[in-house]
Amino acid sequence: MTATTAGTVARRAPSFRLDRRYLPVAGTFVVLALMLVIGGTRHENFLTPTVFSNLFINNAHLIALAVGMTFVILTGGIDLSVGSVLALSTVIIASLLQAGLPTGVVLVVAVLAGALIGLAHGVMIQGFGVQPFVATLAGMFFARGLCFVIAPESISIGDASFKAIAGWDSWIGYFRVTMAVVIALVVAGIAFVVLHYTRFGRTVYAVGGGEQSALLMGLPVARTKVLVYVVSGTCAALGGVLFAMFSSSGYALSGVAMELDAIAAVVIGGTLLTGGTGFVLGSVLGVLTLGAIQTIIQFEGNLSSWWTKIVIGVLLLVFVVLQRVLTLRKT
Amino acid sequence: MTTQPVVELTGITVEFPPVTALAGVDFRLFPGEIHALMGENGAGKSTLIKALTGVYQTAAGTITVDGAEQSFTGPGDARAHGISTVFQEVNLCGNLTVAENIMLGAAEPRFLGALHWRRMRKLAAAHLERMGLDIDPGSSLDSHSLAVQQLVAICRATVGDCKVLILDEPTSSLDADEVASLFAVMRKLRDDGVAILFVSHFLDQVYEVSDRMTVLRNGGLVGEWFTRDLPAGELVPHMIGRSAELLETVERVHDAAAPSASGTPRLQALGLGRKGSIQPYDLDVYPGEVVGLAGLLGSGRSELARLLTGADRADSGTTSVEGKQVRLTTPRAGLANGIAFTSEDRKGEGVVGGLTVRENIVLALQAERGWVRPLPRKQVDEIVDKYIEQLGIRPANPDALMRNLSGGNQQKVLLARWLATAPRLLVLDEPTRGIDVGAKAEIQKVVADLGRDGMSVVFISSELEEVLRLSHRIAVLRDRKVVATLDAEGTTSDQVVALIAGGEPS
Amino acid sequence: MRQAVRHHLFWPVVALVALVVANTVARPSFLAVSFADGHLFGAPVDILRAAAPLLLIALGMTLVIATRGIDLSVGAVVAVSGAVALEYISTSANPESPGTVFAAVAIALVLSLVLGLWNGFLVTVLGIQPIIATLILMTAGRGVAMLITGGFITTVNSAPYKGLNSGYLLGLPAAVWISVAIFALVAVAVRRTALGMLLEATGINPAASRLAGVRSRTITWTVYTACGLLAGLAGILVSADTMAADANNAGIFVELDAILAVVIGGTALSGGKFNLSGTFVGVLVIATLDRTVTVLGISPHVTPLFMALVVVVVTLLQSPRVRERFAVAALRRRTGTATPVVVPDDGAAAPVPVPADAAPSSSDENLPDEKEVVR
Repeated sequence: MTATTAGTVARRAPSFRLDRRYLPVAGTFVVLALMLVIGGTRHENFLTPTVFSNLFINNAHLIALAVGMTFVILTGGIDLSVGSVLALSTVIIASLLQAGLPTGVVLVVAVLAGALIGLAHGVMIQGFGVQPFVATLAGMFFARGLCFVIAPESISIGDASFKAIAGWDSWIGYFRVTMAVVIALVVAGIAFVVLHYTRFGRTVYAVGGGEQSALLMGLPVARTKVLVYVVSGTCAALGGVLFAMFSSSGYALSGVAMELDAIAAVVIGGTLLTGGTGFVLGSVLGVLTLGAIQTIIQFEGNLSSWWTKIVIGVLLLVFVVLQRVLTLRKT
Repeated sequence: MTTQPVVELTGITVEFPPVTALAGVDFRLFPGEIHALMGENGAGKSTLIKALTGVYQTAAGTITVDGAEQSFTGPGDARAHGISTVFQEVNLCGNLTVAENIMLGAAEPRFLGALHWRRMRKLAAAHLERMGLDIDPGSSLDSHSLAVQQLVAICRATVGDCKVLILDEPTSSLDADEVASLFAVMRKLRDDGVAILFVSHFLDQVYEVSDRMTVLRNGGLVGEWFTRDLPAGELVPHMIGRSAELLETVERVHDAAAPSASGTPRLQALGLGRKGSIQPYDLDVYPGEVVGLAGLLGSGRSELARLLTGADRADSGTTSVEGKQVRLTTPRAGLANGIAFTSEDRKGEGVVGGLTVRENIVLALQAERGWVRPLPRKQVDEIVDKYIEQLGIRPANPDALMRNLSGGNQQKVLLARWLATAPRLLVLDEPTRGIDVGAKAEIQKVVADLGRDGMSVVFISSELEEVLRLSHRIAVLRDRKVVATLDAEGTTSDQVVALIAGGEPS
Repeated sequence: MRQAVRHHLFWPVVALVALVVANTVARPSFLAVSFADGHLFGAPVDILRAAAPLLLIALGMTLVIATRGIDLSVGAVVAVSGAVALEYISTSANPESPGTVFAAVAIALVLSLVLGLWNGFLVTVLGIQPIIATLILMTAGRGVAMLITGGFITTVNSAPYKGLNSGYLLGLPAAVWISVAIFALVAVAVRRTALGMLLEATGINPAASRLAGVRSRTITWTVYTACGLLAGLAGILVSADTMAADANNAGIFVELDAILAVVIGGTALSGGKFNLSGTFVGVLVIATLDRTVTVLGISPHVTPLFMALVVVVVTLLQSPRVRERFAVAALRRRTGTATPVVVPDDGAAAPVPVPADAAPSSSDENLPDEKEVVR
């Protein structure tokens, strides 16, 4: 090789291969498609618009949770509080509506509460150097406890305007779309734009790729690290709104262990827990994959529900080992 | 060349009480030159760069940029004044695209508040082209080789107003072709009028690319030369320091009678090597012998030691201990064969800061016994007291936390850790670096005594006198290769310097 | 006093004492222990009995955390172990025979051991992050437990098995004896063998430990295995208490309680130095807190709120940044001046203030290493 200029060494032939960045997401997509095909071959009425619509309708709240979790995990953190914050949000909505406050105010209060808890996480983590695991664990307990202080029993929601919003649906061809689904997809869309078209979003990736490097590049690392927890808290509270729409009630025990589903969805969606790589779209696909597993097991009828957990565990294992192999080959 | 320097440092002193890291150093940098900053470990190169870019506060002296006195608050401030630094490790985010790594931070183009990706890529492509780099700005950074990443880092540094570019060991992980492309870029920037401060420990590279050089030693200025006026044979003595009177007083510490280099070597390496790290080499070490490794930083001396001891895995060659072939694939295997190794990275690979001196001393011995069989307390105390006393470890308190000890005392504790395992071969990589003169002399004495007592020692140091004084034989390394093995008896430091610098032994 | 405040047990003990005081104020008889039928009765005994499973789990968790790891699967292991033991007893011909119970316990423990080995395998051999490696079993484990119980809550009658938890020996419940004895046994074993030191060395500086010939992989694997085994034993105590194999709820959130106990006890999640006595106190704090809520007549569902409070306060007090601020404030009070501390940006190369008792013997010790890169 006669390298005399920089260009000759560095030149790369343009490649039309799938960029390896999209490999994990593509993997998730294949798995999801596989799930649907398996379901379709075993059950005649599986591959129907109804089942597909329900996949979104039943998991809209989880999409919101997973989207927020994606921000946090991209920076290399974790948020264990999302399930509890979701519950808190449903409880706030139900009890305030019961008290007769207008729906608009109630929704704003609920979402703000989530954002506030997220802010507290961010301050503890960034300001006081508490590990994300511990800080959000405290937040998880705090939110869950607060739920019971507000309302120990389940409150059903009777407010007319709320029910009207929750009950709105529309048909796109053969597919039914509820308000919750619209909101969840809008949240995912906004998250996509924020992550890819704002400096904040790119800083989220940069922090996950290397906090020191991001600092040296002059990016606002501290602010970003606080903000991702605010985003996650807000998304979790929004998830609560969607869940309240779905269940028409507020209950302190809703969303127990849902943080695990959210984390699992994000990981299955191809986001590395070490931070820096992953996509919101992957997390949405991850949620749908979890939903598909659940649906198949319901269709099977004779399979008990606990198989869901085992299959999710196995899927997690496969994805994590695959990611491990991918990162090992890179180095 | 213009007469007005773009950067001028006068009488710069940096202190970390009680230590003076830089003492009254003058330095100047002209536009359109590549200026090499030379010196061995601890000479003060990095300190000088950090003083210039505002990372360290100066205790005395002035920094003048473009004729105006400046005092930067940090690298960001320096950057705003046109002084950019690129470090040995690429401080960019590999998971982002090349374009982002070049543009993100201040210069990213926006449209209605959102990042304008198309323009960002276009701008980045223009910057890349300026450097002669033809890569897709939309590709992620870590899909490229380290060399390209290094060039991207330089590209980022030169976006906007860049008068001065500081390159701190940019070539240490590049191969020859990659170095060539880096140099092409450096020359191009120089011709555009950028002043480049270049730090490298590869002499041939310095001679290939630099116009002028400044040599530091032990925190002091040795001098400034045009590169063409200072051949390598004269440069090396400046770097490693070798005053005539010192040489006269240097006595060989060991007995005149070198151990016989016959019979079975205690350790024999044949064709041991590892790709990209060190070329295959042969080395014998006999009982009671101290073998010194001479060579500049980056010559492969540490890599040699790591393969010898099992700290790194060799991919070619064989090792024999006392005539029996062994496979040293882990440090543990090395220890099992009586080979102990202290890494040059004291903090990263030696000190266990949160444990006590006592625990640090017995760590290796205990690891060898396994966790099920703890050393009896009495034996631990005997060992610990013995070495604290013998090596003069201060504070003489076995319960002191290791991280609270000074560098020299930490080094003594590490020495004690290995001596406690009663090794047959002790490999010491820069055991005297960054520690004070007193501790240095004590460690040298210990090494000489060990040889006399029949232990074999491989000794690495940046200081040539030290190597010459302590060793019976010396292996000289250059460019990741063992270029000669000499008997220390009768070898002059001139000969070794010539070998290190790349000439033939005179 | 300063000495006492700095002691690692100070804040956990303060928390515990505060809880006990609050309880005693609310109900003066709180600390009273009565003796009847050869049994001890009273709130302290109840707390110890309730804390027994958590004590075992937190013990394993402490060791895992010392290696820079974490084990999220302990709750699932509790469920699996209890389910297996009770299923075995319920399907056996003679549930009341000690032989059956012995076999049930043995099977459950062996299975827990295997689950611990599995976690250790993922972490040490495949090199998967501990948090995600154990998340797999955390998710799948409960599914497995339900598979074993067939989704039913199996209720079992077996006096010898029940006795493992609530049988009395020398006045105290068996669960207390078992947990405290094993805690003491492991604590002594860890500190009397070299395991503790090698664990800490591995957690503090893995690279240095490797060069010193420490078998870090074996040690880490051993610790995950032990953690699984201890969780399994805790599962037996839990199921012997309820005598019902509830795959869904047995040991739910116990991993979080255990991690909290460890953190409250002063062991940092970042690994390295660990202290088992702190964990012991941490477990007592959590168990007492649970009890406090009942004593104060608050709904037990609100317990998490108090838990959050304790965690936030204790972790903030232990946060290095808060301590630093305290130290600076104390310094100002003493000297009456504000002492600006100039520290170079470069944390790694910054000259560390050397304590008086470790003054460097002479000059150029603190020279920053040339290889250091500005961070």
